[in-house]
Amino acid sequence: MVFEKDLNLDATELRLGLPGTSEESGKQASTTLRIGNKRALPDMNEDSSVAASKQCDQETAPPTKAQVVGWPPIRSYRKNSLQTKKTEAETSGMYVKVSMDGAPYLRKVDLKNYKGYPEVLKALEDMFKFKVGKYSEREGYNGSEFLPTYEDKDGDWMLVGDVPWEMFVNSCKRLRIMKGTEARGLGCVV
Amino acid sequence: MNYFPDEVLEHVFDSIASHKDRNSVSLVCKSWYRIERYSRRRVFIGNCYSISPERLIARFPGLKSLTLKGKPHFADFNLVPYDWGGFVYPWIKALAESGIGLEELRLKRMVVSDESLELLSKSFANFKSLVLVSCEGFSADGLAAVAANCRFLRELDLQENEVDDHRGHWLSCFPESCTSLVSLNFACLKGEVNLGALERLVSRSPNLKSLRLNRLVPLDTLQKLLMRAPQLVDLGIGSYVHDPSSEASNKLKHAIQRCKSIVSLSGFLEVAPRCMSAIYPICGNLTTLNLSYAPGLHGNKLTKLIQHCRKLQRLWILDRIGDKGLGVVASTCKELQELRVFPSDPFGAGNDAVTEEGLVLVSAGCPKLNSLLYFCQQMTNAALITVARNCPNFIRFRLCILDPVKPDPVTNQPLDEGFGAIVQSCKRLKRLSLSGLLTDQVFLYIGMYAEQLEMLSIAFAADSDKGMLYVLNGCKKLRKLEIRDCPFGNSALLEDVGKYETMRSLWMSSCEVTLGGCKTVAEKMPSLNVEIINESDQTEFNLDEGQKVDKMYLYRTLVGHRKDAPESVWIL
Repeated sequence: MVFEKDLNLDATELRLGLPGTSEESGKQASTTLRIGNKRALPDMNEDSSVAASKQCDQETAPPTKAQVVGWPPIRSYRKNSLQTKKTEAETSGMYVKVSMDGAPYLRKVDLKNYKGYPEVLKALEDMFKFKVGKYSEREGYNGSEFLPTYEDKDGDWMLVGDVPWEMFVNSCKRLRIMKGTEARGLGCVV
Repeated sequence: MNYFPDEVLEHVFDSIASHKDRNSVSLVCKSWYRIERYSRRRVFIGNCYSISPERLIARFPGLKSLTLKGKPHFADFNLVPYDWGGFVYPWIKALAESGIGLEELRLKRMVVSDESLELLSKSFANFKSLVLVSCEGFSADGLAAVAANCRFLRELDLQENEVDDHRGHWLSCFPESCTSLVSLNFACLKGEVNLGALERLVSRSPNLKSLRLNRLVPLDTLQKLLMRAPQLVDLGIGSYVHDPSSEASNKLKHAIQRCKSIVSLSGFLEVAPRCMSAIYPICGNLTTLNLSYAPGLHGNKLTKLIQHCRKLQRLWILDRIGDKGLGVVASTCKELQELRVFPSDPFGAGNDAVTEEGLVLVSAGCPKLNSLLYFCQQMTNAALITVARNCPNFIRFRLCILDPVKPDPVTNQPLDEGFGAIVQSCKRLKRLSLSGLLTDQVFLYIGMYAEQLEMLSIAFAADSDKGMLYVLNGCKKLRKLEIRDCPFGNSALLEDVGKYETMRSLWMSSCEVTLGGCKTVAEKMPSLNVEIINESDQTEFNLDEGQKVDKMYLYRTLVGHRKDAPESVWIL
């Protein structure tokens, strides 16, 4: 084994695949799949108990855990559909354009990065260097000439903050920070 | 037994619905066999390779309804090559050419091509019902043919199929004259459907009782459909995202409230949890609730919903419900008979997954529980013993601990005693799936006590051949045995090969059986097909008899070797 390393046989080895790709991960998967007898598995158990907390499990879980073919025994259809939902939720992102009246160019933010209104408003404030007023259901934003608005799926311009956060994230197509006189129509009390 | 004219016997036989009983009736004497076969309308074939379509047609010329199952169960978990077999086309072709008046076809784990669907739709004038479960091989074009040509279609039920449906036109292919629909389930389709066509179809289907929509049917369409079909009994909601204070939400509430007959609810393929209150008015009537495709529902919103469902008999849920949530189920759903808890994140840490606590709570609160599928983080012997005591009525008990060889975390012991308690207490147990750390001992218990057991699934268990022998010797009614990753070898396999003729099938993968052992079974039992599945890249099988077999699937058959096996399958 050491001998092989010194000679760097890997570099000259003929293999299928694009240059620069390594087959290691593939190999690892195939060897761990051959869990033909129980003796392999108690090791797995030890690993997972050593890994202690549940958070650790996710990062340091031994490859065997996730790569046993056909385990846990869930129908592929169900697995695929849950995976799709996770992927959509986690990786697709929800980038929307943000414009500010008077600014020379637009920005984009990923709504999935934020857990609620205070966070996204703070991010917008930092991005465009302004401050929104205090929000109340009755009066909208009070105390600033800047007003955060968004265009929803129906094409209507709405005040940010009225609907539940998930609803907002699902229906927001773009954001616009309105300024000054135009803002008054949407319930800004200056 | 010639006291009665044939018509009288036929009339009596008509009232015998169970397949098993009808099969028994046909064995009494020659004249009963004859009368039974001419009057038989429904046939169930659990393994499509156990008999041929020609022999089926020859024996039952009056056949109206056929149920066929194809691939072995473990195909659901990617353990069987995609081209293994289970093609429905030869069946449809043979039935079409025979003049049989087929009205109903129910398929599970079969390969269904568009060509077969087209042939089906054109060959049987009175065709009424198509049910496809876990099938693949067809696209929306095949569905379009069924919609267009089956003039008296009552049921189109697609459950968990992988369908290539990039073109959504199929729904528009139902002609204006089609008004007979009773059940339409397209929840598994990923593509868009023509919403206008859907609304018109529902409007002209006064007998529609069951409607399950896919994810791309938006809320306003749902509302319109409910207004047109207040007689629905079973509803599957696609997209359920709305603003609770909006006009759309009010309209939906009103529409839902009119549906006083809904007893079964599923879907929520896209859901905003805050909107569930619109559903509350119908929750009190629900007997079936399937939320296992709605990971967005959890916590308080979920438990609040369940608290409204006092009549629930069947609940399918994700493990995000947690043990606490199961406690709510236990205190609310006193009529519960079937519970399925699926993992929302098979490979993650499962922070809100369920443990033995949730199961114990449900067993204590729901004495009528008889069917369980439970994916959990861990299980203890003490919990299983308690569950066995609380619920002696289990018919199906399937436990899946996500870590396959996990022992009892409290005592660090195998789970033999716990499962032993289950089989000893539940005298009517027909189906059992085991998991966790298990020794030969649990199989001793199963062989001793599980007298009614028909199907057993084993993974990563046992210490020796004894385990398998206990089961084969003890479980007289065993029909299906599926084993993976256990140390069972030739001496267990070969102990009593005659037993396999009394069973539907045996699956063994990643065990210790060798090619030689499998060959011996095949030689001794010509009534069995012994298939070796080899998916490795080797171009030729290693013919060494001592070579361990990766996957073996054997089943009894009346028609010998099948001719449609792919290269990766070798029939001995």
